[in-house]
Amino acid sequence: MIDLARTPLRALNRELHAPAGDAYEVLNPRGAHAVAAGLCHAVAVEIRGHVGYYCAGMNQLARVTVHGNAGVGVAENMMSGLVRVRGDASQSAGATAHGGLLVVEGSASMRCGTSLKGADVVVGGDIGAMSAFMAQAGRIVACGDAAEALGDSIYEARVYVRGKVASLGADCVEKEVRDEHRAEVAALLAAAGFEHDPRDFRRYGSARRLYHFTRGNTY
Amino acid sequence: MCGIVGLHLRDPELHPCLGRLLTSMLAGVAERGPDSAGVAVYGDRRRCPEGYAAVSLLDAPPDLPVPGALVTEAGDTTVVAAPLPVEELLAAVTGARVVGAGTEVTIYKGTGRPLDLARTYDLADARGWQGLAHTRMATESQVTAEGCHPFSVGPDQCLVHNGSFANHASIRRELVAAGVAFDSENDSEVGARFVAARLAAGEDLDKALRALCERFDGFYTLLVTSADGFAVVRDAIACKPAVIAETPRWVAMASEFRALAELPGIDDARIWEPEPERVYAWQW
Repeated sequence: MIDLARTPLRALNRELHAPAGDAYEVLNPRGAHAVAAGLCHAVAVEIRGHVGYYCAGMNQLARVTVHGNAGVGVAENMMSGLVRVRGDASQSAGATAHGGLLVVEGSASMRCGTSLKGADVVVGGDIGAMSAFMAQAGRIVACGDAAEALGDSIYEARVYVRGKVASLGADCVEKEVRDEHRAEVAALLAAAGFEHDPRDFRRYGSARRLYHFTRGNTY
Repeated sequence: MCGIVGLHLRDPELHPCLGRLLTSMLAGVAERGPDSAGVAVYGDRRRCPEGYAAVSLLDAPPDLPVPGALVTEAGDTTVVAAPLPVEELLAAVTGARVVGAGTEVTIYKGTGRPLDLARTYDLADARGWQGLAHTRMATESQVTAEGCHPFSVGPDQCLVHNGSFANHASIRRELVAAGVAFDSENDSEVGARFVAARLAAGEDLDKALRALCERFDGFYTLLVTSADGFAVVRDAIACKPAVIAETPRWVAMASEFRALAELPGIDDARIWEPEPERVYAWQW
């Protein structure tokens, strides 16, 4: 157990980067930035409270749970492992993440999964405006609503939304949901621990009109 | 970058703690703005007793002709309070650089590290019912006490801004043409003058800030306060951070959660991130 009211943040992260144990509990994060960032071992980290920016950024292998809200860029550039936020996440949750699973049990703010590069993001509530912007690979599942400009300039990431979509961004379209997609949603919901019916989700992705250089794409 | 904090205390039992709470909030955003810091405190009767008006001045001349005045020196700032109507007190200090006036608000500005400035302002011992602070990392104009937020251009009004306005020069020209005088070249002052003009025309904070969203282009998270209001708004793409927390005892906003972490009852507070171009206003 490491109490951030007494232990400097750098001491915590040094320990987690070369861990002596395989399970840690972190107390009193009080919105500190970069808590449990850059982990690369299969440790379990339970953080009791709200964290600031870039919590569990660049994560590899570790299982990090935030028992509270997360600030900007939780699990940004994650490579593997599992990051779970029990509360809400601020902007740019899972930004540019390559692998692993990010679960937000509450809602995620704007730019969720921006430039996603292969990770999976499952959000229990809503996702904010401009989510999945330029997302290249991976899956985003929102059990609530999506705000404006979902999937603007999206590449090959797949987005599933159970509720309403306020508007779609440039080159993002609704797509047919086939059995393989329902199976994909079911597996992601199961991994995240949510119990929704996969048939309630609609699928969104790229119309593939924007990202090829063609003479039609002149402005 | 810049940092903003604001706190409105609903519970009078907390009024003696305002300065201590505001200092802890300022510490949470000190890294976001190491150039300078400004503070506004509402209802601090040490500095502006009941029945008095107060003006906050920069580089005040040593012999202000205000008989019976209560004068507080705090670094670059001098607060002068007197048992006069606000207009008479303002007339008495003609020639001094006024950065705030009213019957509730006292304002402190200076350059340097925010927590050093908090000591200069004696913030920890401040009492009152509302306060806000801004830590500045200057982008659009010089690091001077004049460039510090809050901008207070109407009685008991304050505006603090994180971001930069893109079309401030155009709006400044319009306001100047309409007879509005400016004190600085700062883009945020244009926002403050715009809001003050709307409030003077009878609009409430909600309406004035919705008008600001329609007219201003650029990045902004704004906290605007008055003798009867506390309001937050962000630009259309929510470029600059903000978090709001509310309990039955207080309403608070900050650029980051860590500035709220020490508030009493924060563990049970309702905490949320304000949505773009939505005005969150509390009026009483």
